[in-house]
Amino acid sequence: MDFNFTEEQDMVRDGLSRMVREQYGPEERRQLIASDAGWSKAIWGQLAELGILGMSFSEEDGGFGGGAIDSMVIMEEFGKGLVVEPFVPTVVCAGGFLKHAGTAAQKEEHIGGIVSGERVFAFAYAEPRGRYDLANIETTAKKDGGDYVLNGHKAVVIGAPWASHLVVTARTGGERTDAQGISVFVVDKSADGIVTRDYATVDGRRASEVYFENVRVPADALIGEEGNALPLIERVTDEAIAAQCAEACGAMKVAHAMTLDYAKQRKQFGVPIASFQVLQHRMVDMYTEYECSVSMTYLATLRLDADERTRKEAVSAAKVRVAQAAHHVGQEAIQIHGGNGMTDEYAIGHYFKRLTIFDSEFGNIDHHMKRHIALAS
Amino acid sequence: MNLEFTPEENAFREEVRTFIEENHPKHLEGMGNREDMSPEDMTAWHKILGKKGWSAPAWPVEYGGTGWDATQRYIWSEENARVGTFMPLPFGVSMVGPVIYTFGNEEQKKQHLPGILSGDVWWCQGYSEPGAGSDLASLKTTAVRDGDHYVINGQKTWTTLAQHADWGFFLCRTDPDAAKPQQGISFILVDMKTPGIEVKPIKLIDGGYEVNETWLTDVRVPVENLVGVENQGWTYAKFLLAHERSGIAGVARSKRGVEKLREIAASETQNGAPLIKDFDFARKVSQLEIDLAALEITELRTLAGEQAGKGPGPESSILKIKGTEIQQRLTELTLEAVGSYGTPMYGSIADIGSNEYPIGPDYAQHSAATYFNMRKTSIYGGSNEIQRNIITKMILGL
Repeated sequence: MDFNFTEEQDMVRDGLSRMVREQYGPEERRQLIASDAGWSKAIWGQLAELGILGMSFSEEDGGFGGGAIDSMVIMEEFGKGLVVEPFVPTVVCAGGFLKHAGTAAQKEEHIGGIVSGERVFAFAYAEPRGRYDLANIETTAKKDGGDYVLNGHKAVVIGAPWASHLVVTARTGGERTDAQGISVFVVDKSADGIVTRDYATVDGRRASEVYFENVRVPADALIGEEGNALPLIERVTDEAIAAQCAEACGAMKVAHAMTLDYAKQRKQFGVPIASFQVLQHRMVDMYTEYECSVSMTYLATLRLDADERTRKEAVSAAKVRVAQAAHHVGQEAIQIHGGNGMTDEYAIGHYFKRLTIFDSEFGNIDHHMKRHIALAS
Repeated sequence: MNLEFTPEENAFREEVRTFIEENHPKHLEGMGNREDMSPEDMTAWHKILGKKGWSAPAWPVEYGGTGWDATQRYIWSEENARVGTFMPLPFGVSMVGPVIYTFGNEEQKKQHLPGILSGDVWWCQGYSEPGAGSDLASLKTTAVRDGDHYVINGQKTWTTLAQHADWGFFLCRTDPDAAKPQQGISFILVDMKTPGIEVKPIKLIDGGYEVNETWLTDVRVPVENLVGVENQGWTYAKFLLAHERSGIAGVARSKRGVEKLREIAASETQNGAPLIKDFDFARKVSQLEIDLAALEITELRTLAGEQAGKGPGPESSILKIKGTEIQQRLTELTLEAVGSYGTPMYGSIADIGSNEYPIGPDYAQHSAATYFNMRKTSIYGGSNEIQRNIITKMILGL
């Protein structure tokens, strides 16, 4: 058993921590998310230069030989600054599909661009009527000669306005909710027939509704086996969940620290409100929730390469626990900040909003509780 | 003891239901989000009720109340919630009105009560200050007597919808040397057009601007605008807060909200079946409904007590705590019900010509913003921690 980070991981954390602190303060972020683009290509370039975008790829694929633990370290720091840049869609999701199932040619084609920051991905998996079920797919990919033709509507595709490419789940066979018949494609977002409606999200990011209308892609756009991609999709989304749990931990840590800080400074009845036992215990509970979340994030991350059942059980357990904590910490942080917590001006509200939306990505608490129950029984 | 309505009460329900159906503007049905509403929208129903004489059912008849008993008022709020009317804002009818008819002089009653009843005069509340929230009595805004005027200086905050207000009621310190902070505070009515008042909107986490900072610099107010006795304002403030608390439970609205939540959960599907058929989700909705039933009967007991001559006392703190917790839980479950479509920010679409249809189902549009906004309810009107302190002291005697 070993809960220590490597020297390299500590260095990555320190470097990233400095960068987020110096360049991604609440005021910088406020301006960034209100800007036309909604994200910073300059920051993305720096992440490439620092080796952050290539950290979790193997050296032979053009990366730096790290893995999920590195992504965890990175995402916790991103969570502390509520970084909006699309690390999870690009590196964890698209990178995950390529690592696990990409051909040599596909890796060659895409990973170099991810590592250098030139290629940005979004993961188009959710559908308007899918409600967290990864197999509930109405988007179709029909074989036509040597090509596939995609039709359908993907919902709330995070980071899509910034993406050059999309990873798309589609049905090459079977009925709407069948486990079989699902395939994964890499698609250039500028392909003919792709229409997007871009919008801001309530937690400061950008997303799109993505419509595919007879989008023709070549056969080599298929990643992994045709019709048999569900286990691969589940694996990659589990990796994304673990990474986002780390992000939530970072956000909770800062939300807790801000609350403690506020309570020490805010005086009512002639004393700091931090001196009231009622609030002290609640800040203790926030802290406990955070610590349990860190533990569950470790558990999920360290089980990502275990057998499928062990992995799923750990990831679902982590998602349930961390999302519960995220709601708790976010709500309590606002309450203890009082009216000031309700204002856009105070940073805490932005943490609360991110910690709220975290729950609904890649399956919410109920979804993962059900998966846990199904696996345990 | 009996929970059934009498035939007379059922007839009353028919009467008010018909009136609402015939008179409430259709385009305002279900409008709850103030960001989507003009000031005219927000006062439309109030003005209609003013003409009918129904804008302030809880007031004594001599001042313009309806003379309805607690049950009738309960039916009235239920029928309004059923349609989703936008009820008169509380600042005039529920807050300053009762203070004026209870503690004000004849001139003040004559000057202010008609405008409050008719909805023609918009009121705002100048209580909280940046340094005086839960500890309201520590407020620093001063009113210094200068001949026939008070000269007011200070900063108020969270002044809800003050950007539209014609008049405000302000708590000001008139005796800085009083032995206790609660002493030396006065309750003063201020014409918001008086020179020296500046209202700055505050952006909230839901993106809206419903509250303001209000700066008062050498604002000269005639001494006639003092309500009651100088330095006794805290008594009136407490009276008002107790009134505010009893209205804050929002039972009828929450009941309608639960119905809507069930409708949403019937539209959303999970694994091919309606979400409301999912036991985990249905259980949460039922738990909410059960909590709401407990609140409803508790409120009715309180109202019955009021009717028997007991004013709203410290028990109203229970209504505030449970009522706001339920409102928050309701919006949280609604956000949960809509799934991924809670994530888009309403009105943020940048692409051209896209105003024709929203992202995701209609019922999802405000779900996140409403959830964020409703976090305020456990903070305002005396935070829920303060309510628990009140119960600790006044009921438990600790």
